[in-house]
Amino acid sequence: MRVIKIDKKDWESGVEKLSGDYSLYGPVKQGAFHNFAPLEKGQMPDLDYVNTRLSPKSVVYPQCETMFEYTLDENQPDHHVNKEIPKDYSPRAILGIRPCDVKAIDLVNINFDNPQYQDPWWVQRRAALTTVALACNNPCSTCFCTTAGTGPFDDSSADVLLADMGDYYLAKVMTEKGEALVGKAGFDQDGSAEAGAIDDAAKAAEAKITSKIETGKLGDKVTTELYDADFWEDIAFACINCGTCTYLCPTCWCFDIQDEVQGSDGCRMRNWDTCMSALFTLHGTGHNPRPNKTARVRQRFMHKLKYYVDKYENGIACVGCGRCVQQCPVNIDIRRVCDLMNRFEPGKECA
Amino acid sequence: MSEYAEKIRGIAKKLLDDGTVDMVIGFRKGTMPLINEPCFVKDAAKVDALVWDSSCGVNLANYLPKRKEKIGVVAKGCDSRNIVTHIVENQITREQLYIIGVPCTGMVDRRKIRLAVGKEILSVSEADGKITVTGDGYEEVLDKQEMLQDNCAICIHRNPVISDEVIADPVEEQTDVDRYADVKAVEAMDPEARWNHFEQLLDGCIRCYACRNACPLCYCPTCFVDESQPQWVGKSVDKTDTRTFHFLRAYHCAGRCTDCGACERACPVGIPVRQFTKKLEKDCKELFDWEAGMSLDVRPPLDTYRPEDPDEFIK
Repeated sequence: MRVIKIDKKDWESGVEKLSGDYSLYGPVKQGAFHNFAPLEKGQMPDLDYVNTRLSPKSVVYPQCETMFEYTLDENQPDHHVNKEIPKDYSPRAILGIRPCDVKAIDLVNINFDNPQYQDPWWVQRRAALTTVALACNNPCSTCFCTTAGTGPFDDSSADVLLADMGDYYLAKVMTEKGEALVGKAGFDQDGSAEAGAIDDAAKAAEAKITSKIETGKLGDKVTTELYDADFWEDIAFACINCGTCTYLCPTCWCFDIQDEVQGSDGCRMRNWDTCMSALFTLHGTGHNPRPNKTARVRQRFMHKLKYYVDKYENGIACVGCGRCVQQCPVNIDIRRVCDLMNRFEPGKECA
Repeated sequence: MSEYAEKIRGIAKKLLDDGTVDMVIGFRKGTMPLINEPCFVKDAAKVDALVWDSSCGVNLANYLPKRKEKIGVVAKGCDSRNIVTHIVENQITREQLYIIGVPCTGMVDRRKIRLAVGKEILSVSEADGKITVTGDGYEEVLDKQEMLQDNCAICIHRNPVISDEVIADPVEEQTDVDRYADVKAVEAMDPEARWNHFEQLLDGCIRCYACRNACPLCYCPTCFVDESQPQWVGKSVDKTDTRTFHFLRAYHCAGRCTDCGACERACPVGIPVRQFTKKLEKDCKELFDWEAGMSLDVRPPLDTYRPEDPDEFIK
């Protein structure tokens, strides 16, 4: 790791130099809120934002992607054969991604790239990705990243971490990918003398985080007892089983596979799925093992806060970005649910 | 507003104490400013959880279909009209319900307020038609009327149309509103402009179905977009499939929509979903002099036939 200094007056020209080597993505104002979007040549990421409405996971894991194409025309020699369609794995960089969202990409990686399974499209897109994270000087009241395994200045997942110091950025270049990117941008001013300022800013930002969760006891709970806890009906009551929480979440990784056929041409696609939907678990027989919304709400929280915790032993499947808290149409709040789960004692009412 | 909450708690306690109902459905204080959470209370000792203010926008009629209990339900004007619709459509019986009517002066739009303030809001209070928001080092006072949800701003049925008990005197109904200014603007467009208008409205839809699931009318056991044998609609964010979902859903709501705004309030990406239902609402008003959910005794226009029904639109 080394620290460099980037004067803000040099930022735009540096970004412009990158556009020849990378497809660039960054936060862009879309109506009333920001989202990550491909940056046109010359377009700058709008770094004056707190958090995007949708997470940037779609850059590596699109909501919908076609995996295979095939023909049903039996006159064709290769009929009924799934043929992988070519994809773009050229280098790409996300500029201004938040540290929690980069952490989330690492977290989702556990699902798509592990000794048992290697999802070829995820693996190659992630290999092509360089992340330039923007530390949060002013986290918001729904951010609980510091108790969800990350933080406003977390540099553990990003290739480069930018800290906004007013007239300039101090950048921690964390990886070889990060070195390559700052090299291509021409950012090379030594900033090591000011490295301490990043730590000070990190401490100041962490101190601003008022929202905290307790997760220490989740691992010790007996799964079946937590599953049968008395609070699920109360938590799930307001839920309308929409996909807002799961689609906005940077760590939700579940997908559905669909075939779409027009005439004799077909394709096989992968779309984000949501455990809030009854279809998620509907069997071909018509049986549904998660037959009601309480079962589905319980699944979402048990997956993030219990099953994942037990399976991977590296914390919870949540980075504390607060998107689900802010956008849930009926105010179901994962912080409250986590608190109930962590405090749960069988036989004692805690709702 | 706190008097409203006190009244609601008192009635809830009485209903639970004397066994009139098994549960009361209302709101508890949200974990963030500008949104409260729908909840139920079954224990009379816990009625103090119930709250009321201008952030109780969620339509509680959505929580009634197919329930078996006897239920006390807190109902604004729009909720009450959707309760009527549920009863008419056999989703719940009148006998199961004790309707606690709340005369309503409109619910605020949390996104409109956040946009107007432009800074993070940490607390909110309201009095005398003013909303006071405070955050880190600032306080701002807003006019509630200007911060209403779009549907509330043009609402002409703020008082419950059906109730067993009303918690306050009726509020004055708005009379000087043009309910269909936006629809008229779309009607005046040429086909290409209209097509582009709807394309733009749908841009950004992530197919999360929050609009559908927040809607009290959308209680079908299996929605047409979830049907898999046969599958009518694709599940990607393909434009044709997204259009099909929104427009067909709107038609399913024709003559039933009360313009409660649940769909828009729920949408996480800010699609003005009411733009798809309002033209149908206007047509029902103009063709059949019909407003949904106003009476238990009149069948809705789309499930009745009268010889004098207008038919000029059939060419």
